[in-house]
Amino acid sequence: MLQGQKISRQSQVTVGSVPSDHFRADSAERYALSAQERKHSTSALLTVPVTAALALGIHLFAAKNEPPNESRTYTIVLGSFFAGAIVAAVMQRWWPALQTRMRRFRPLFTVGVLLLCVWEIITSGFRMLPLPYFPSPAGVVQSMINDRGLLFDSTWHSLVLLLSGYLLGVAAGLVTGVCIGWSSPARYWGMPLLKVVGPIPATAWIPLAMVISPSALISAAALIALAVWFPVTMLTASGISNTRASYLDVARTLGANARYLVFRIAIPAALPSIFVGLFMGLGASFLTLVVAESVGVKSGLGWYVSWAQGWAEYGKVYAALVIMAAFFSTIMTLLFRLRDRVLVWQKGMIRW
Amino acid sequence: MVASSLQLRDVGKSFPAPDQPLTYRTVLETISISLEAGELVSLVGPSGCGKSTLLRLIAGLDFPDSGELLVDEEPISGPSAERGLVFQDPNLFPWLTVRRNIEAGLAARGVLQQKRSEVKEFMRLVGLEAFADAYPHHLSGGMAQRVALARALINHPKVLLLDEPLGALDAFTRMRMQDEVLRLWQNRRTTMLLVTHDIDEAIYMSDRIIILTQRPGTIEQIIPIALDRPRDRSSSDFLSLRSEILELLHFAGNRSSQVTA
Repeated sequence: MLQGQKISRQSQVTVGSVPSDHFRADSAERYALSAQERKHSTSALLTVPVTAALALGIHLFAAKNEPPNESRTYTIVLGSFFAGAIVAAVMQRWWPALQTRMRRFRPLFTVGVLLLCVWEIITSGFRMLPLPYFPSPAGVVQSMINDRGLLFDSTWHSLVLLLSGYLLGVAAGLVTGVCIGWSSPARYWGMPLLKVVGPIPATAWIPLAMVISPSALISAAALIALAVWFPVTMLTASGISNTRASYLDVARTLGANARYLVFRIAIPAALPSIFVGLFMGLGASFLTLVVAESVGVKSGLGWYVSWAQGWAEYGKVYAALVIMAAFFSTIMTLLFRLRDRVLVWQKGMIRW
Repeated sequence: MVASSLQLRDVGKSFPAPDQPLTYRTVLETISISLEAGELVSLVGPSGCGKSTLLRLIAGLDFPDSGELLVDEEPISGPSAERGLVFQDPNLFPWLTVRRNIEAGLAARGVLQQKRSEVKEFMRLVGLEAFADAYPHHLSGGMAQRVALARALINHPKVLLLDEPLGALDAFTRMRMQDEVLRLWQNRRTTMLLVTHDIDEAIYMSDRIIILTQRPGTIEQIIPIALDRPRDRSSSDFLSLRSEILELLHFAGNRSSQVTA
C-alpha cells in the first residue's frame, strides 16, 4: 500500500512538472492518470471478476444441454479468465501500470464478457438460433482446439502468401511511386495508366490470373501485390511531388545532387504519406488474400473457411474467423509500431 | 573561409502574373550591385520589391531573364555549396535531429566521413550541443534559426545569403541573434547579403545598405554605414541615419514626426 502510494505520488510529480501548453500526441501520456484518478473503488474493482463469474455460471447452466466434451474447454477458458481477473484486481494495488491499464480496459472487458453471455444464452441456453449455423461460444472454442493442427497450418500458409504478396507490392509501389512523383515524363506516362488500371479491384483479375499463371499460389501472390501496388504508388507519388520546395532549395544550396534530393529529402519528406499508402495496401491485401484463397489456392485461412463451410462445420468457420481477426490485427499493429518508430520525428512533444 | 566578391550587372527578372494568363510581371529591373569579398550588405525595400527573388538568383535557384551574375568574376550556373542560403523559415529537415541537420551539407557533398569533427565545432559555435539529438519540432524559433545558420555555415560558403533570417523572431531574441550573426561574420569574414525589413537591423549590422524601390525593383540608393563596431543602437549617429533612411522609404514626414514629438 505504502509502496503504491509512493510510486503514484512520484508519477504525479512528473506529470505536474510538464508545463500545461504542451502538445502531447503520445497516447500513453495523454491517458496518464493522476494517483487520485487511478484509485479504484471496491465496486469498480469487482466489475470484471463479477461479470466473469456471471459468464461462468451461465455457461455451466447452459452446458447441461450439451455433451460434456463439447463444453469443457470453454469452462477452462472462462475459469482462467475469472482467476486472472481476481489476480489482477488484487495485484493492481502494488502495480501502478496495471492500475492505469485496468482502468482503461475495464468497460471494454465487462461489455465483451457480457456479449459472450448473451451469445451463450441465445445459442445453447434457449436454442433460439438454428444449428449448425450458429454454434455456442463453447462450440467455437472446442472446434478451435480440436482442429488446431490444420488451423495452425492454414494460418502459416496465409502468412507466407500474404507477406510475399504484400512485400512484392510494396517494393513495386515504392519504385513506381517515387518515379511518378519525381520525374515529369514518368508522371505523364504513368499517371494515366495508374488512374485507369489502379481502381480495378485486384480480385476482378482472378479469371485472367487463372488463365495465365502456372500455379494458383503465384497468381494469388501477384494479385495481392497488385492490390497493394496501387495505393502505395498513389500515396508515394503524391507524397514525393508534394515535398516542400524549400526543403529541396535548401538542400541544393548545401550542395546536394539529384540522388541526395530523392533519397535524403523527397523520400523522408514523403514518409507520412507513404505510410498511409502502406496501411491502405495492407487492408486491400487482407481482402485479396481471403478471396484468392477461397477461389483458387488450396491452403490458408480463406480456404479453411470455405472448406469447413462445405462440411457444414460452422464451429470451425467461426474459429477460423476468430483466428483471422487476431492474425490480421496483429499484422496491422506491427505496421503501426513500425510507423511510430520511423516517424518518431513527427511526434509533437515538449518545446523548450 | 575565403570570401568571394559578387557582381550583379543589369539583372532583370519577371514572372508570369498569377491572375492573368500570358502576361508577365517584372519583378527586378536592371539591378547592378557589387559586393567586395567579406562585405556585409543589407537589402532593404518595400515588400514585393523582389529582394527574395534577387537572393534566389544569386543562390542559383532561379535564372535571370537579362543581365549577368558573377561570383569572383565567374558566372553563376546553378546552386552551389559555396553560396549558402538561410530563409526566414529555418526550413530544418524535420526528420533529422539537430546534429544530422547540421551535418546535411557535409553528407550532401559526400565528405561527412572526413569532416565529422567539424560538426561538433559548429554545434558549439551556435551553442546547441545540448540539443544535438533533439528533433526540430523541439526547438524554439531562435534555436531553429541558429541550427539553420550552422547548417549553412558548415560548408564554409564564400557567400552567405540571408533572407530575413531573423524576421520571425521576437524583439529580444532578434537582437541577440543579430550579435550572433555579426560574431559569425567577424570570425569567418564571409561575404554576406542580408535581406531585411528592419531598418535598425540593417544599420546595426551592415557595411552598406541598398534600398530598393517598389516593384519593379530598382536600386533607389546605396547608403554606406561608417559607424564603428560594435554599434550603439541609441547613439545619435545611429538615430539620424535611421530617420534619413525612413525618409527615403517615405515613412518619415508629418505622421512620424507627430509620433516622435
